[in-house]
Amino acid sequence: MRKAVTALFPTLIAAPVMAGEVTLSIQIPRLDVSEYHRPYVAAWIEGADGAAVSNLAVWYDLRKREGEGGAKWLKDLRQWWRRIGRETEMPLDGVSGATRPVGTHALRFATDAGPLTALKPGTYEVVVEAAREVGGREVVRLPLAWPLTAPSQAVQQGKDELGTVALDLKP
Amino acid sequence: MRRLTLAVLASLALAGPAAAHRVWMLPSSTVLSGTDAWVTLDAAVSNDLFVFEHVPLRLDGLNVTGPDGAAVTPENTATGKFRSTFDLHLIKPGSYRAAVTNEGLIASYKVGGQQKRWRGKADSMAREIPADAQDVRLTESIQRTETFVTVGKPNAAAFAPSGKGLELRFDTHPNNLAAGESARFTLLLDGAPAPGIDVEVVRGGSRYRDKSEEVKLKSGPDGTVTVPFAQAGLYWFGAETQDDKARTAGARRRAVYNATFEVLPQ
Repeated sequence: MRKAVTALFPTLIAAPVMAGEVTLSIQIPRLDVSEYHRPYVAAWIEGADGAAVSNLAVWYDLRKREGEGGAKWLKDLRQWWRRIGRETEMPLDGVSGATRPVGTHALRFATDAGPLTALKPGTYEVVVEAAREVGGREVVRLPLAWPLTAPSQAVQQGKDELGTVALDLKP
Repeated sequence: MRRLTLAVLASLALAGPAAAHRVWMLPSSTVLSGTDAWVTLDAAVSNDLFVFEHVPLRLDGLNVTGPDGAAVTPENTATGKFRSTFDLHLIKPGSYRAAVTNEGLIASYKVGGQQKRWRGKADSMAREIPADAQDVRLTESIQRTETFVTVGKPNAAAFAPSGKGLELRFDTHPNNLAAGESARFTLLLDGAPAPGIDVEVVRGGSRYRDKSEEVKLKSGPDGTVTVPFAQAGLYWFGAETQDDKARTAGARRRAVYNATFEVLPQ
C-alpha cells in the first residue's frame, strides 16, 4: 500500500497543474526636467548574502551609435553592475531590451520557467535599479520568500527615479 | 626636463612619511562597461589631492599592463607644467594596471661646511661628488605609483608583482571598492609579505575641507592592511619603508608605494 502511494506521488506533482506566476511592475515616473532621457533599468534577484542569483530585466539604450551602443553606460546601474552586470554577457536573450517610456511596465515570470526555476528555497530580494543620463539613480528592494506558499503582494514607492514598484506573487 | 625629475625626486627625498608632496595618478574612470573603452590618466606630484599644483610625474618609467598580463601602449602622452597625461584604449575585457617606477640614488653631503645634494646613477657618483665631501649620506630610492581600471569583469593577471621594492597584493580587487566597505591588501617588499609598514590613506578633495583626514595604518604580521573606505571618492594610498638592502654600498634604501583607488557609492 505504502509502496503504491510513493509510486503515485510523482505523477501527482508532474500533473499539469497551473504554474504560479510572479509579476513585477515597475513604474517609470514622469519627471519635470529640461533634458530627459529614459532611464536604464535593471531588475534582479539577490540572495540573503547579497549575491545576485538571476537577472530579471535590463533595459538600456540599444540604438546609441557610439561604438557598441549604450553598453558603455551599463556601469551606471552601479549595484547591478557590481553584483551581476559585469558578469553578464549583453545582450541577454529574454532579459535585456530597449529602454521603456514613462508608465507602468509589468514583467511576468512563470514559477516553473525562466529565471525563477534556478531558485532554491530561501529568502531573496527582488532589486530594481534605475539610472538616468544627466539624472539620478535609485534602488528599490522587495522581499521574496521562495517557494511561494500563498498569494501575496509587496509594494515599494520609489522617490526619484522610480515610481511604484510592486511584486505580485501567485503560487 | 631634467630639472623636473630632480624636483620630483628631491621632494621625495625630503618628504618624511607624514610630509606632503604626494605622488599620484588620476584615472578618469575606474569601472567601465562596454567593449571599446577609453580612459585618460593624469600623473602629478602635489600637496593637495588630487590637485595639479606642484610638478608633473614624468612618464619615463610608465608601464601599463593589460588583462592578459601583456604590455599596453599608452597613447597621447604629454607632460605639462603641473601634470603628465596619457590615454589608454581598453579593448580587452578585464583589469589594467598603470605603474610609474622611479629608481634613483640621492646623496647629501657637505663641502666646506655647505650642504649639497646630488642625484644620479651609482656609476657616475664617484665622478660627480667631490673627493673632499663630508657627511656623505646615500639613499637609493625605488618608488612605484600605480592605479587600476577595469572594463567588464575584473581579473588579476595585470597585478603580478615585479618583486622589487614595495608593492601591493590585492586580496580585495582594487576596482571592486564600495563606500562603507573595507579592503584588504598585502604589502610586499621585494615580493615577500612585509609586516610593520607604515601606510597612509587620504581621501581626495582635501582642498575643500579643513582637515586632511588621513588614516594611518600599519601592516600586520602577515603584511596585510585593512583599509576602511567610509565614503565614496578617490583615495590616495601611500606606503613607505627604509632598510639597508640598497645595491649601492653604504646606502640606505627607501621603498615607496603609492596608489590611487576609486570607491564608488553603494
